[in-house]
Amino acid sequence: MNSADMTATPTSRYTIHDRPGFRLSALLGKWETLLALLFVVAFLVNGILVPNFLDPYNLADGTFNFSEKALIALPMALLIICREIDISVSGILALSSVAIGLAHTHGVPPALLLPVALAMGTACGLLNGVLVTRFALPSIVVTIGTVSLFRGLASVVLGDQAFTGYPQLMADWGQGYFFDVIPREFVVLLLFAALFAVVLHATRWGRRIYAIGNNPVAARFAGIEVNRYRLVLFMLTGAMAGLAAWLLTGRIGSTRPNIAMGWELEVITMVILGGVSIAGGAGTIGGVLLAVLTLGTVTYGLSLANVPGIYMTIVVGLLLLVTIALPRLLHGRRVAK
Amino acid sequence: MNILKRRETLLACSIVVLVLLVGLRAPVFVSPASLANLLTDSTLLVMLALTQMLVIVTRGVDLSVASNLALSGMMAALLASRYPALPLAGIMLAAAAIGLALGLVNGWLIGWLELPPIVVTLGTMSVYRGLVFVLSGGAWVSSHQMPQHFIAFPLTRLLGITHLVWFAAAVVLAAWFVTRHSRFGRDLYAIGNAPSCARYVGIPMARRLLWAYGLSGLMAGLCGYLWVARYAVAYTEIAYGFEFTVIAACVIGGISIAGGTGTVLGAVLGALFLAVIGNALPVVQVSPFWQSALTGIVILAAVLINARDGKHAGRQILPLHRPARSAA
Repeated sequence: MNSADMTATPTSRYTIHDRPGFRLSALLGKWETLLALLFVVAFLVNGILVPNFLDPYNLADGTFNFSEKALIALPMALLIICREIDISVSGILALSSVAIGLAHTHGVPPALLLPVALAMGTACGLLNGVLVTRFALPSIVVTIGTVSLFRGLASVVLGDQAFTGYPQLMADWGQGYFFDVIPREFVVLLLFAALFAVVLHATRWGRRIYAIGNNPVAARFAGIEVNRYRLVLFMLTGAMAGLAAWLLTGRIGSTRPNIAMGWELEVITMVILGGVSIAGGAGTIGGVLLAVLTLGTVTYGLSLANVPGIYMTIVVGLLLLVTIALPRLLHGRRVAK
Repeated sequence: MNILKRRETLLACSIVVLVLLVGLRAPVFVSPASLANLLTDSTLLVMLALTQMLVIVTRGVDLSVASNLALSGMMAALLASRYPALPLAGIMLAAAAIGLALGLVNGWLIGWLELPPIVVTLGTMSVYRGLVFVLSGGAWVSSHQMPQHFIAFPLTRLLGITHLVWFAAAVVLAAWFVTRHSRFGRDLYAIGNAPSCARYVGIPMARRLLWAYGLSGLMAGLCGYLWVARYAVAYTEIAYGFEFTVIAACVIGGISIAGGTGTVLGAVLGALFLAVIGNALPVVQVSPFWQSALTGIVILAAVLINARDGKHAGRQILPLHRPARSAA
C-alpha cells in the first residue's frame, strides 16, 4: 500500500494535511492509512461480534456483494480524478445485460456473450464520451440523460419480461470458485485493480489523468489531448460496466428491468470513500480498493448479524459523511461569516 | 426580437406544439379536464424544481430531495395515522419542519464545513432513505390507516382549482420574488457566478448556502406530505429516483449546472415539459416502457440546445464552494 508512486501522488483535498518534520502524523494523515485502520477495525469488530464471520466460506461469499460494483468503481475513479463523472453506469449495465439476453436467445454461442456485453458497454460509453467532448457538455448532465435513455431502452426491449436460462459458462464465472473457496469474481476484481493501479500510478498515461484533473486548461497547453483522454475513459467505464453486467447476469442468472438499480450511487460512494477528490486531480486505486473492502466488511458483517439491508444504506451514508467531514472538523479553519 | 431568442420561449413553444400534436392524435388530451389534470400532476415536480434551482444556481446540487421527501412524507403519514385528531395544518407544518431540518443538515455540511455538495447529498440521501425504513419498520401506511381529511386535502378544490395547483402557484410567486427581488436570491446567483468574488465582496456564503439547502429541504418536506396524501400511501420506496427527474427538469429549463444562471420560468417550463411527456404517452398509446428512454432523449436534446448559446459556461462539472487557499 506504500509503494513509491503512491507517496508521489498528490494528497487528496480531504486528507489531513501533512505536517513537515513529523513523520508519524504524515503517515497517519494519509487517507489510505485511515482507511486501512478502518478496515482492520471493522474486520476485528465483525470477527469478535458476529458468529461465523471468520469462516473462510462466509468471507468468500461476502465478496460477491461488492465485486461487480467495485469493477465499475475502478474506471469511475479514473473519470473522477480527471474531473468527469458517469451517472449512467447502472443504465449501461442494464442495457448490456439485455444485449447478452438478446444475443443468447438469438443463438449466439456462449463464448461470444462476453464480447457482446463489452461491445454494448463500450458503445454506451462512446456515446457519453462523444456528447461530453464534442459538445463541451458537463458530464453529470449528459449522464443523467443517458442513464434514463439506457435504462429506458433496456425496459423497452424487456417489457415486463425477463431473460433467463443463461449458459453454464456465465454461471461458472458469476457464481463459481477457484479451488472451491476463492470466488472467481473476486479474483477478476483483484486482477483489474492491479492493472488499473499500474496504469494510473506507473505510466505516463495515468499521470496525465492527474494533470487533466488538476488543471484541464494547463494540461491542454502542455500538449495533452484532453478530450481524447476523456473519451477513452468514458469508453473504458462503459466496457467495465459491460464486464460487470456479464458477471452479474451470470451470478443471478436473469436479466430483469430493475437490474443494478441505484448502483451508480454506490459505485460513486466507493470511489469517494476511497479518497478520490470529487474536485479532480487526487486519489489512488489502492484507496478505492481499501474503501471497497471496508464497505464490504461492514455491510457483510451487518448482514450476517441479521441487520436488514436498508440499515446498511444508513451506515454507508454516515460513513461517507463522517469520513469527509472529520478532517474538516478536526483541522478545519472555518472561514469567517 | 430578444424574447424570441430566449430559451424559455423555445421551451414554451415546444410544450404547446407537443400538447397540440398529442391532441391531434387523441382529442381527449386537450380537453379542459385533461389539461387541468396535467397541471395537477406537474405541481410537485414544479415546486421541487424551483428550490432545486436555487441550489443549482450556487453551483451545488441536492441529490437528497427524493429521500428527504420520502422521510418527511412517511413521518407525516405516521403522525396522521397514530394521532388522527391532529389538525391537518399541524401535520403539514411538521412535515415542512422535518424537511427543513434535513435540508439544514445538508446546508451546514456544505456551507460551514465547505464539503462538496454532490458528496454530502449523496451521503444524506442514503441516510434519509434508510431512516424511512427504520421509522416505518418497512411497513406500508395505506389509505385506510390515514384520516380522510389528510388524504382529501391535495385534490380538494378551491374556486375550482385543486389545492396542489394553489400551492404550486404560491411557490412560483415566492420563488420569483426570492430570485428577482431579494438580496438572498441575488446573492445565490453571485455565489454561483463567481464564488471567490462573492466572498470578496462580503456575501455571507455559509449562511446563504445553509438556507439554499434549507429551502430545498423545506420544499421536499411539504411535498412529502402532499405526495403521500395525494397517492394515499406511504412506503419505503416513495419517489425513488425522483431526484434525477427534478434535476432533469432544471436542466431542460436551461438552468446551468455550472451555476449562476437560471430563471423561475425556465424551471417551471422544464417541469411542465416532463409532465406533458409523462401524461401524453399513455394517451397516444405508447408503451409506458418508452417513458424513461424518451425522457433521456429529451434531456440530451435540451442540453444540446442549451449548449449552443452558452459555450463559455458549463465546463466545470463538480463545482465546489471551496475558496482557493494556500497549502501552508
